[in-house]
Amino acid sequence: MSNTNRRDFLGMSFAAVAAVGGAASLVGMKQAWDPLPSVLAAGFTTVDLASIGLVPGEPQTFKWRGKPIFILEKTAEMAAYDGDLVLGDKRYTVAIGLCTHLGCIPAWKKDVWKCACHGGEFDATGKQTFGPPPKPLVTPPFSVNGTVLTLGEEGAESKAMMAARA
Amino acid sequence: MALINESFFSAEGLEKRLAGKKFWKVMMTEYWIPKDINFLWALGVVLATTFGILVISGIFLMMYYKPDTALAFDSVNYTIMQEVAFGWLFRHMHGVAASVVFLIIYIHMFTGIYYGSYKKGREMIWISGMLLFVTFSAGGFSGYMLPWGQMSYWAAAVITNLFAGGSLEAWGLVEWIRGGFAVNDATLTRFFMLHVFLLPLVIIGVIVFHFYTLRIPHVNNQDADDIDYDAEAEKYLAGNKAESKVIPFWPVFLSKDFAVLSVFLIFYFFLVFNNYNFAMDPVNFDPANDMKTPAHIYPEWYFLWSYETLRGPFFDMLGMKAGDIGLIIFGLAQVIFLVFPFLDKDPDILPAHKRPKFFIWFWIMIIDLLVLSVYGKLPPTGANAWVGFGATAVFILLWVMLPIITKMDAKKRGAL
Repeated sequence: MSNTNRRDFLGMSFAAVAAVGGAASLVGMKQAWDPLPSVLAAGFTTVDLASIGLVPGEPQTFKWRGKPIFILEKTAEMAAYDGDLVLGDKRYTVAIGLCTHLGCIPAWKKDVWKCACHGGEFDATGKQTFGPPPKPLVTPPFSVNGTVLTLGEEGAESKAMMAARA
Repeated sequence: MALINESFFSAEGLEKRLAGKKFWKVMMTEYWIPKDINFLWALGVVLATTFGILVISGIFLMMYYKPDTALAFDSVNYTIMQEVAFGWLFRHMHGVAASVVFLIIYIHMFTGIYYGSYKKGREMIWISGMLLFVTFSAGGFSGYMLPWGQMSYWAAAVITNLFAGGSLEAWGLVEWIRGGFAVNDATLTRFFMLHVFLLPLVIIGVIVFHFYTLRIPHVNNQDADDIDYDAEAEKYLAGNKAESKVIPFWPVFLSKDFAVLSVFLIFYFFLVFNNYNFAMDPVNFDPANDMKTPAHIYPEWYFLWSYETLRGPFFDMLGMKAGDIGLIIFGLAQVIFLVFPFLDKDPDILPAHKRPKFFIWFWIMIIDLLVLSVYGKLPPTGANAWVGFGATAVFILLWVMLPIITKMDAKKRGAL
């Protein structure tokens, strides 16, 4: 009987050590696949709305964290929206240019963004109007200093826009 | 252990050490196959051969391929295609085999469904086969990323996005899979590892397991005849070959297999040399550009049917978002075939033409998968979107109907 107990103890000790080691290995392996520090550090982009030559009604695309950012200065005909970025008398749509369905880049066709992958459509404010996208285009975190946007740095303006769009 | 005194450097010495003759007998000359089969039973060996072609052509591609976003596109389209002797041949062999292997897998799969080769002891054959389908699909997807063209990049972007789980918004998981905010260099290199090492290793393991699962229940035959293998084998070994219902795997079964294999290889090499373009999408000859989605993207033909179930529901219903419904159906489509043996409620093994309602189910399923595949390639606009929606609905309905109609067939026959 005492023999069996000793073996049980050995068996359970072995299993416990193996379980802890196995779990620790999995954590390490998981972290090896995380985005690298250099990738995380390179996450800021600045855009000066005054110097990029925006034409109302024609969006421009910028690159931030490997993703496209749409910036559209709205024309007078385009409906105003609480989720717009308002600077002086101008209204802008600022959004991550990835379809909220599966991440393709929608293309600007006259007055809507149309996604080639699964047929989703977004209007000038970035709201989904057709197809599978479950929600409007996402507002990126950014801060505003005069006419300069710093993408990747959460500011009051982008927070307000995100809240309005939620 | 019995000590062996025969010299290592002699035939009988090696035989004593390895028991090769015994092994050959168990695996080959006394592994029994029923006589009542047709050419569709040869597709397992055709698949094993195609996998061999993929491995060999892959080894040669790997010696010049560079898994780096700055170098990958040119290493394929310049170095391999233009400089390496026969590099073009290895690439076309690899690409065409990757496509054709799915054609044979689908035929192999539907042969099993038609003849009921997945129940009453053969469940594990079916499940291990479906695991091979899943691992081959992962192999196809990860390999498609490697040339780093526009289709490579955007297929990777869309498929990794699926892991966000729609409204679940699991972006942390997506960024973990990619190793960055978007598909990037880390993504390419890790999928290269999966494609050339981990997945082939798993596939080889599952192939061995798939072969092993056949051993105890044996392969099915055209009339699902329940054969007493010991008795029939005895007849064969006693020289009563005409009367016996079975033949040995080697040399009798394989000689027929090789005939089918030869026809397949003629077809395969015809494609490799004369019609490889179907496996080489022109859009993928533009280098990857993360700022521009191609005007129209679609997966390779063998993923089209499940891709169409993803985008089939294009409007919100039942209080759910269209994208979420598509994702749920898509997820279901990936795993539903795995549980086929448990949805077929007919207790008898019979070919589909002896199960009237199941026979109709079988052909509607094939037609529906073809419709889904055709519309998966067309732009999802106007009437196309509705056909896709309808075919997706039929797909779901067929699975709901399966337990019911198989039970009805059995009742009519008096088996239930």
